[in-house]
Amino acid sequence: MSELIDFTLVSVALLGIGIYGLAVKRNFIRMLFAIEIIINAANLNLVAFGRFLPHSGGQTLALFSIAIAAAEVAVGLSLIIVAYRMYHNVDIADFRSLKG
Amino acid sequence: MADIAFLALAVITIGSAIAALEMRSLIYGSIALMGTLGGVAGFFFLLDAPFVALFQIAVYVGSIAVLILFTVMLVKRELIFKKIEDPRRKFAGIGLMLVMMVALGAVFIDSGIKTITTDEPPVNFRDIGADFVMYYWPALILMGLILAGSVTGALVLARREDVENERTN
Repeated sequence: MSELIDFTLVSVALLGIGIYGLAVKRNFIRMLFAIEIIINAANLNLVAFGRFLPHSGGQTLALFSIAIAAAEVAVGLSLIIVAYRMYHNVDIADFRSLKG
Repeated sequence: MADIAFLALAVITIGSAIAALEMRSLIYGSIALMGTLGGVAGFFFLLDAPFVALFQIAVYVGSIAVLILFTVMLVKRELIFKKIEDPRRKFAGIGLMLVMMVALGAVFIDSGIKTITTDEPPVNFRDIGADFVMYYWPALILMGLILAGSVTGALVLARREDVENERTN
């Protein structure tokens, strides 16, 4: 069986990729992808530490995290739909109506 | 040492995460995102957490990825195939990613995590159920309310007909 450090390193790699996506991409939908990847890196860490301690708290917290992420995606996608209806674009550089 | 299944899952997960962000077409990108989410579910199976893995498959691969695919299909055709990014920021972003991976990875490898191994049996999923109803039941109720509230809010936001920008009129 693999060790804890292996899972942690995969999670670090996923976190790095997600941060790269958030920093570079300007497409709203791609940024949502990056956020999903970061959330999954966090869940992987939770379950991995829960397995190796071992404690049931890790899996319980991961289940909560997955459910809350589902709510976040629903709101994010509806924001994309509203923003697309307003600007006919998904480029976040165009979404400036809150700018003074 | 890592075994074959772990290595294969790691390659699938990380490779499709990169593909999700770098593919030109958003539709292929969201299918690659499904690969990442499924790969993480595979890791959960390796970690003896089948309950969380099936939850991940049902919620992420089954519903969120499909929701994203449908939203992508609502977007104009030329926007799906257009890459919108800052070319100047690209190298800075790659640098940030590498610095972050190397720094965090060095910290983890250097820390005591490396020596943690376990021979104990995995957590029984009955313990998770007991956790939910005995210790975390207020949080569970709160989570249900948050989910209901956010889904209602999302529906109200997406249904609004009066949202029009003055630029388009």
